Amino acid sequence: MRQNLAVRNLKAKPVRTGILILLTALLSLMICGGTLLVASMRSGLASLEARLGADIMVVPYEAKTKSNLENIVLQGNPGYFYMPVERYEKIASLDGIAQISAQFYLASASSGCCSIPVQIIGFDPETDFTITPWIRRSYAKQLQTGDIVVGNDLNAFVGDTLQFYGVNCHVAAKLDKTGTYYDSAVFTSVETIRQLIASSLEKGMNDFSDIDPQSVVSTVLINVAEGYSTEEVMNDINIHVKKVKAVQTKEMISGISASLKGTSDLIGVLIVVVWGLGVVILLLAFSMSVNERKREFAALRVIGASQRNLASLVMQEAVLSGLAGAVCGTVIAVMGITAFHTAIEEQLGLPFLMPSLGKQMLTSIISIAAVLVAGTAAAAVSAYRISRIDTALILRGEQ
Amino acid sequence: MNVTTKQLTKEFPRKSGGSNRFTALQPLDFTLESGKLTVLMGRSGSGKSTLLNLLAGLMHPTAGTVMVGETDLYAMPDRELSAFRNQHISVIPQGQTAIYSLNVLENVLLPITLNGTAGTSEIAYAKQLLEQLGIAELADVQPSELSGGELRRMAIARAFVRRPEIILADEPTADLDDENTKIVFESLKSAAHNGAAVLMVTHENGAEQYADRLCVMKSGVLTDAEE
Repeated sequence: MRQNLAVRNLKAKPVRTGILILLTALLSLMICGGTLLVASMRSGLASLEARLGADIMVVPYEAKTKSNLENIVLQGNPGYFYMPVERYEKIASLDGIAQISAQFYLASASSGCCSIPVQIIGFDPETDFTITPWIRRSYAKQLQTGDIVVGNDLNAFVGDTLQFYGVNCHVAAKLDKTGTYYDSAVFTSVETIRQLIASSLEKGMNDFSDIDPQSVVSTVLINVAEGYSTEEVMNDINIHVKKVKAVQTKEMISGISASLKGTSDLIGVLIVVVWGLGVVILLLAFSMSVNERKREFAALRVIGASQRNLASLVMQEAVLSGLAGAVCGTVIAVMGITAFHTAIEEQLGLPFLMPSLGKQMLTSIISIAAVLVAGTAAAAVSAYRISRIDTALILRGEQ
Repeated sequence: MNVTTKQLTKEFPRKSGGSNRFTALQPLDFTLESGKLTVLMGRSGSGKSTLLNLLAGLMHPTAGTVMVGETDLYAMPDRELSAFRNQHISVIPQGQTAIYSLNVLENVLLPITLNGTAGTSEIAYAKQLLEQLGIAELADVQPSELSGGELRRMAIARAFVRRPEIILADEPTADLDDENTKIVFESLKSAAHNGAAVLMVTHENGAEQYADRLCVMKSGVLTDAEE
């Protein structure tokens, strides 16, 4: 009956119960939502770091300003730039280089010649060390000429044919979600992208009308050899190779790291403030709820309820309302972030990769547990007080 | 089962604090006998309710003992005392004591359902009590819809539902009309004659005629009316 009585008490006061559930839901929404947001941004950044996968990126001097480069490389705005392949060869001849590979950029147009406007990235499977390991997880075979691999966000599937500048490309694989701007890019081999660049030139749809697709590259990615520092190699390139700019990839994402830290700090402060206020309000809510029912508790004592029975009744009400609120808040947080992650990503301007289902479950369970602990701790004060009531005085209306 | 007190005393600290204390019950040797309806009368503040609460195990005495049969009430820890009260002692307190989330019948059955479930015969008896007290049609109604008199009758039915050996009633007929007052007095008398030890604290004129023993409390001192 005592358990039933706790449920009946909660049902009998829908407004009071609703407020308790709302409060605990808010607490779990904050802790679960905040944790998932920060975790998603952290995984997004880690994923971006992994995708960049090189110590140094060398770009033509024309694309030297960091913001332009970030727009294309980090934020995924379609764009392209080229430099003669001789510069790649010159860089490759310098000391301190362990791995080197060129990449080729092309932005497809939104006009009739292309199925979708995206960033197309070409890589050389012979030398590539950044994209190939990642693509292999989805597609183990060698890409043939005309084959493309599409990012997870693109509305294209394996077996589809996409047209870029009049060239039909076969979708060989679709990549796993990365939470970065690579999710909306298309990857292909160096032969295919050269074909696409040539076609874009033929159609007069490439800003670089005088280039020879066979003798240009867009970027050069480098991993520094042991015994050399990144700065050393970078400076060496900037001094010895004309009309290029070597950029440290870590530096490129430093802005994102700083934004991430700022955002997660803000979320942390918000969680602390909401929790501080929430726990105080819960304390007051339980205290008021118990005070207004003092006579009922006294009546229960008269009937034969022990001090422990009364405390247990208050705690049961707290656990039931806390559990309902915590589950609601957690479900709203997980579903909200899952449903609106694209909008959140755009709003925050940071790479965003939802944690695995297992981690989401763990975060949800921890959030529910934390809210239950906070709720029951707030109720424990009232439970203790009510278990020590002077029944006789309350019944006489003197307390 | 008789209830016996030995040198039972209750003092309260005065609100002004310090060592200033007020004696609500002077040392009392008293026996509440089974099979008898004892009526306790006296002015407000004379110590009647204090005695009743002490006999019910709801208020620790300053000195003395309360024995219910062979059991020393205040020698038990709270859990045992509460269980003992639930099993043997029924109290009809002053004022309203409804549990507002339960309906009338559930309130009446609460002493049974507090630590278990009510059987068919117990439910039937609870309904019979409601019938006897004239509120049978209110069995499924929530207490918030009841009048003061109806709430009081519900509390009386709740006190009777366990067929207790000891009934302690504090102004049980407050809020009741003459007809229902008579019903309550007769119910208490009948419970006493069925073997219960019944103490009724009342101001009600005419209660004396139902008393097997009439006591008066004055300034914390209890005396038999005949004395």
